[in-house]
Amino acid sequence: MFRRDWLIALAFLAPALILLFGFTHYPAIQTVIDSFWSTARGRRPAVFVGWDNYARMVQDEIFRRAMINNAIYAAITIPASVALALAMALFVQSRILGRGFLRLAYFTPTVLPLIAVANIWLFFYLPGFGLFEQLRGWAGLSPRNWIGSPDTALYAVTAVTVWAQAGFFMIFYLAALQTIPPSLREAAAIEGCSPLTFFRRVTWPLIMPTTLFISVNATINAFRTVDHIFVMTQGGPNNASMLLLYYIYEQGFRFWDTAYASALTVVMVVLLALVGIGQFFWLDRKVHYR
Amino acid sequence: MRPPRTPDRILFVAGAWALALIWLLPLAYAVWTAFHPAEFETRFALFAPLTLENFVRAWNAAPFARYFVNTIVLVTMVLAAQLILCSLAAFAFARFEFPGKNLLFALVLVQLMVMPDILLVRNYATMGSLGLIDSILAIGLPYFASGFAIFLLRQTFKTVPRELDDAARVEGCSWLGLLWRVYVPLAKPTMLAFGLVSVSHHWNNFLWPLIITSSVETRPLTVGLSIFATTDSGTEWSIITAATLITSAPLLIGFLLFQRQFVQSFMRAGIK
Amino acid sequence: MKHTLKTLMATTAFAAITAQAAAATELEFYFPVAVGGDAAAVIEGMTDAYMAANPDVTIDAIYTGSYADTTTRAITAARGGNAPQLAILLSTDMFAMIDEDLVLPWDDFLTAAEMESWIGGFYPAFMRNSQTDGKTWGIPFQRSTPVIYWNKEAFAAAGLDPDTAPATWDDMVAYGTALTLRDDSGSVTQWGVRIPSSGFPSWLFTGLVASNGQDGLANTAGTEVYFDTPEVVGALEYLVSLAAEHEIMAPGILDWGATPRAFLDGESAIIWTTTGNLTNIRSNATFDFGVGMLPANVRPGAPTGGGNFYLMKGSDDEQTLAAIDFVKWATAPEQAADWSIATGYVAPREDTWETERMQAYAAEVPGALVAREQLAYAVPELSTFEGPRITQIMNDNIAAAIVGDKTPAQAMADAQDAADAVLSIYR
Repeated sequence: MFRRDWLIALAFLAPALILLFGFTHYPAIQTVIDSFWSTARGRRPAVFVGWDNYARMVQDEIFRRAMINNAIYAAITIPASVALALAMALFVQSRILGRGFLRLAYFTPTVLPLIAVANIWLFFYLPGFGLFEQLRGWAGLSPRNWIGSPDTALYAVTAVTVWAQAGFFMIFYLAALQTIPPSLREAAAIEGCSPLTFFRRVTWPLIMPTTLFISVNATINAFRTVDHIFVMTQGGPNNASMLLLYYIYEQGFRFWDTAYASALTVVMVVLLALVGIGQFFWLDRKVHYR
Repeated sequence: MRPPRTPDRILFVAGAWALALIWLLPLAYAVWTAFHPAEFETRFALFAPLTLENFVRAWNAAPFARYFVNTIVLVTMVLAAQLILCSLAAFAFARFEFPGKNLLFALVLVQLMVMPDILLVRNYATMGSLGLIDSILAIGLPYFASGFAIFLLRQTFKTVPRELDDAARVEGCSWLGLLWRVYVPLAKPTMLAFGLVSVSHHWNNFLWPLIITSSVETRPLTVGLSIFATTDSGTEWSIITAATLITSAPLLIGFLLFQRQFVQSFMRAGIK
Repeated sequence: MKHTLKTLMATTAFAAITAQAAAATELEFYFPVAVGGDAAAVIEGMTDAYMAANPDVTIDAIYTGSYADTTTRAITAARGGNAPQLAILLSTDMFAMIDEDLVLPWDDFLTAAEMESWIGGFYPAFMRNSQTDGKTWGIPFQRSTPVIYWNKEAFAAAGLDPDTAPATWDDMVAYGTALTLRDDSGSVTQWGVRIPSSGFPSWLFTGLVASNGQDGLANTAGTEVYFDTPEVVGALEYLVSLAAEHEIMAPGILDWGATPRAFLDGESAIIWTTTGNLTNIRSNATFDFGVGMLPANVRPGAPTGGGNFYLMKGSDDEQTLAAIDFVKWATAPEQAADWSIATGYVAPREDTWETERMQAYAAEVPGALVAREQLAYAVPELSTFEGPRITQIMNDNIAAAIVGDKTPAQAMADAQDAADAVLSIYR
């Protein structure tokens, strides 16, 4: 009986697990192996180079730049997206003028492909005649070349990422908020509890699992969301907005240096694994004891 | 019960609207530019003449009809495969005991972090050896077994009372029949919520399709759009925004029509 | 899709007709479109016309996006064992294609007479990016060169002669100073000049280097670069000074794609961009404009750019010969004239300019002649082994100098070191 059960379970699992291993675990392992070989060119086959690709990474200033940029990118997009998503959810959760419109407005970035909208953001940021520059003209501030100067380029693309994902995360908060019984709020109101206190004492703890879930997703996106870089800055000026995944793309598919791209991917996977595994097991437990 | 008009409340409403207007700005600009001649790309005159010519030019400048078909085939294929494969796997994780279960589940969870998007180089090589480069199947295949879907469905399946399946088993229902008749119907909200996430993700996904496709017959909308927008001569916003509106209209309209169900399915799915 | 359908129908029709005869030679042809507009339709029209005249050949012309996309596709397809027979790729991709062992030299399939009459008929300036190691690897087709466009109304308003382009570096500074307008608060309402620094910075920069007296940035073998010479550093110093010292160009990196828009909107009075923008600017400008050669310093100079036909490996001889025949036809005077007029690309052979259509066009749009005149002073675009990487090194360091992270001398010294490190294995 037990053995038959195992077989049935295996049959249920097999299709998904084969694909999962084929496109996640196997390539992850193979990437590690590839990273110890040189890149094959038409005239030169790959040779084993040991830690060379990693040694090169240590010397690579652009890689260092990409790591720092990615850290900044993550440090801004994660909290900003979570906070804005929560604010949006609270806004449209309450009885507010134009609720349907607000909900739609917050959600629009989710249905607009980032690669296309990036062109629009590019226009907003243009010096001289872009939208922000025209608004700036009215406000009488000093002109700025937002994506064309290294001080601001990274923050300009970071803002676009926050814009692109906050509305999507809002949906999760909205769903969570709706499960809080209205009777709790009424009771609190009768007790004379201020909305702020209610939020801090009741709402916030209850939506904690959602916050965790969203932060995990925001963390992954902080490594994964690079679509707009293709259109807006291509990592420039002078790598000021270079992010790790875009750098991997550039090495792997523009310079065709697949070995170095593999080594870079290994670093990225290790980073994600470190950040991720802990978070996930914690989240899983939270959801269990809910 | 109407909220009182306190200064707090006014600030709250003003904040909500200010945020909404900022968030809507790119779409508003897209609509403005797409419906006006090119010279108004950078000038916002109230009485600028309206035109549909940008849509005509955009539609004719690239095979968007084909890109639409490709994208629809892609998202449908991915979602169908995800729901089937992941239901099966989630069912096994939720209802069976077998050695190595926790380890396997942990391996599934790894994919939540290490998405196929990141393993570009190697997956590209795999597709090469499978002879699948430049096919719609290749765009979707790495996403078929979704760790996220398995995780979600397992959570939902675990809430199904054991008595239900015992009863069904006594009546001679097979495991597959049990999954189909008892578990899947109960997990519909979860599937709907996941489906919406999956569709919007794959509709907008760019990097992997960019790399793996190379022809009109396989390219999804996002890649088609990017090719169309990056000419070496100059950025023509009026055409690009028209194309953007064309390509995102289905999702936009879909959300307009179903936003209530959308949020409710998330609520009932317990994704939170 | 329309095209695929057409091809499909054509293929089916031919298959039916020639069912008993020998099978038609089938060619696959990848082409990028870098100038937007209807260039893709023009190419498809050309292949259709060719097939109508040569029923034993079918050509599947596949539009493959930008140059970078097309190179990616070609490499991918070749590695997967289904390379196209023909592709238009950047002329500067020559070394990469050789390094990847993906292309065939044209010489092996041509007689000595053909070499002289056909290959010899292309402008030498274009052939410099098409030949190395004594062999011909590319046939010039969609080639371009940067020129300046100037706003005649703005010139007149600034008290300049609207029909005289800035001919020298000093002119450009002088004119630019007159053309840069500020409002009461000191904000600039019109910049004198715009040399875009995203997209293809090293290309436009090569123009400055050439006019400063250096013949290109690399050797013909593609193994050496000359980034840290006084000519190059001087060119970069001039570029940086336009914004930093003379304040006639907007500071920071200026977007390539927005450059025509900046010109059309009157944000910049002089722009540097490709001849490929001529059609776009001509149809959208609401003011009179002029087209001129890049300003000279010690000499006039400009780089060539754009794409060549490449013969891909992996075809049988019959296919290769058919592909060559198509390319000969496409670069013949009548076809090349049509192509040049439709797109703004520079006709690659002298004989094209002798056709009636081309002469009529040149009379109507004198701007089109500028590119041809400039070819006499043209230098090759930066092209080496590991080309994209070397170009990126150059671009990063140009950007670093423009934004003030490095001095021009420092930036070019760094670029030289980085490029040497990459190229050392090819020497």
